[in-house]
Amino acid sequence: MGTFLRAITDGVLEGGVYGLMAVGLTLIFGVLDLINIAQGIMVVLGAYLSYVLWTHLHIDVFVGLLITIPAMFILGVAIQYLFIRPLRGRERTSMSLLACYAVAIITEGILYQTFGSNYLSMNTYWTTPQATFKVFGYYLPYIYVLGFALAVVFVLAIYFVLYRTQFGRSVRATMQDHTAARLVGIDVNRVAAITFGIGVGVTAAGGMVFGELNAFNPNTGYDLISRLLAIVILGGMGSIGGALGAAVLVITLASLVDVYWNPEWSTVVFYGALVLVLVFRPQGLFGRKEARAQ
Amino acid sequence: MRSLALWRAAGLAVLLAVVALVPLAGNIELTQVGVLVLMFVGAAVAWNIFSGFTGYISLGAAVFFGVGVYTVALITRHLNLDGGVVFALYPLGGLVAALVAVPFGLIALRVRRHTFVVVTIAVFFIFQLMASNFSWTGGAIGIIPPFLNWDAATVWNPFYYAALLIAIVAAVLAWAIWGSRFGLQLRAIRDDEDRARGLGVRTMRVKLTAFMISGFITGTLGGLYFYYQADALPQYAFNPFFDLTIALMAFLGGFGTLAGPIVGALLLEPYLGWAQQQVTNTYVAQIVLGALFLVVIIFLPRGILPTAGEKLTALRASRQRRAAERGTEPPPGLPVGASAAGSPGSTTRSAS
Repeated sequence: MGTFLRAITDGVLEGGVYGLMAVGLTLIFGVLDLINIAQGIMVVLGAYLSYVLWTHLHIDVFVGLLITIPAMFILGVAIQYLFIRPLRGRERTSMSLLACYAVAIITEGILYQTFGSNYLSMNTYWTTPQATFKVFGYYLPYIYVLGFALAVVFVLAIYFVLYRTQFGRSVRATMQDHTAARLVGIDVNRVAAITFGIGVGVTAAGGMVFGELNAFNPNTGYDLISRLLAIVILGGMGSIGGALGAAVLVITLASLVDVYWNPEWSTVVFYGALVLVLVFRPQGLFGRKEARAQ
Repeated sequence: MRSLALWRAAGLAVLLAVVALVPLAGNIELTQVGVLVLMFVGAAVAWNIFSGFTGYISLGAAVFFGVGVYTVALITRHLNLDGGVVFALYPLGGLVAALVAVPFGLIALRVRRHTFVVVTIAVFFIFQLMASNFSWTGGAIGIIPPFLNWDAATVWNPFYYAALLIAIVAAVLAWAIWGSRFGLQLRAIRDDEDRARGLGVRTMRVKLTAFMISGFITGTLGGLYFYYQADALPQYAFNPFFDLTIALMAFLGGFGTLAGPIVGALLLEPYLGWAQQQVTNTYVAQIVLGALFLVVIIFLPRGILPTAGEKLTALRASRQRRAAERGTEPPPGLPVGASAAGSPGSTTRSAS
């Protein structure tokens, strides 16, 4: 029973962090109608940034977010401005996806060049045995709870911005209809740039927690993006609540497989679930049917 | 116009003759790079038959490639095959890949656009995971083919001609499909799938057929690659770079055109082969590839061939306009209206 509870707790808490990264991805999809393939490597970049701030400047990873989040936000805005905005024409959507892929492999190459291919783990206070507390007869690291809390705070903040501010109103209008939003005077380009910035910015927080929980190298980005994509499709593309729900569901499932079967195969659960859902519900678990017609 | 077609045929024949003579130069490295270039020509053309014609961007072609690699590798190991016999197995690799394309396509082709791209990526990762985790694939150690004790000077020649044959078959197949009823159905799906279905195109069947043809060619190339690389490893057989590279080749030359993928592969693969030999650090090559990709997408979104074609047409049109403006009366024997309606090519040549 203890093992079961432990697997569930771990799954839900870690699922919250994946939920935060997936919310960034689904937000970008909703507004820009593009899949940011680079989201995975951006999470890894966020982890590396936190790692550098801690090892070289001894800035605690949570305090370091004050630097890394704005940095990643600016990076996101720059990517949108330089590589996504100039794309025009009929194949625009496929092109923007490929542009993100190109950004991902460039970032991966730079990370390899800078840090090498060795796996790194953060040796901060949060990874030491002291930073744990006893629950269900197990020692649960604080970072699980803090990471989950951080994810909840960020998702609530995104919800607040989307539903309680003027900017959020223009974001939602842009999600519904680009042309109509432009006609009522919304600067769609600006909304798109800021949304891309927010979507990439949250990866700084997600990456920090991910880096505390796992060892990582530049190649980790592939594993991450495939998990995130599976989550976003499961939840229904463009649905923020769906992304959160799917993340918690799937990561808990993977955590159970991890404990009761074999860690090697827990990743297959993602794709197995994805394929099953697509066969029976192509629009995802929480997605609207024909949410976006071609 | 007729003379143009003749020139084209002659140019193609000369090109083929030159390509076929490359191994006779006796430069081992040249032949070795040539094998890879021809393989990528075949793979890019195969990718284009499905993705270029239907507009469904697939980033899962490496699934077919890897299935081809492992099919040939496993058969060779279990039957203890050796030497030239293995060349006969390549189509078998393609066949298994085409079979894999059926369930893959039945799942992936239910969804469109972004979701389709993502599903192809997901299926790709499932296969890569299976290749590294199942015991019968050799896992991270891989499967090594029996040693070829052929003459070192000419050892790559059979590979070269096999790759050339596959590339030619792929290109002829693409050409035959392009003009056929089947090809028109594929292109109708690309333009407007719902309308195509409304007009009676059995979209699922048509898409799946193209997917299988594309998979067959790619799988055959995978079989060839196993002996060329002399190892079946998960990270080389199922390589995300492969997906990206062939997509880039097709986009560079001209997405959805007949000659585009060939031009793209002929331009790009020599660079990639060279970069892998020259730059001791492959990460620099990776960064350059990504940057190149961005440049192509932003400045040449439609590819070299279509853009060049447009520029040429615009140039001819402006020349004709200038010729017409120079005198109120058109030059003798060259009525402006007639030349515009007739063949613009011959007019410009005689005017300049």
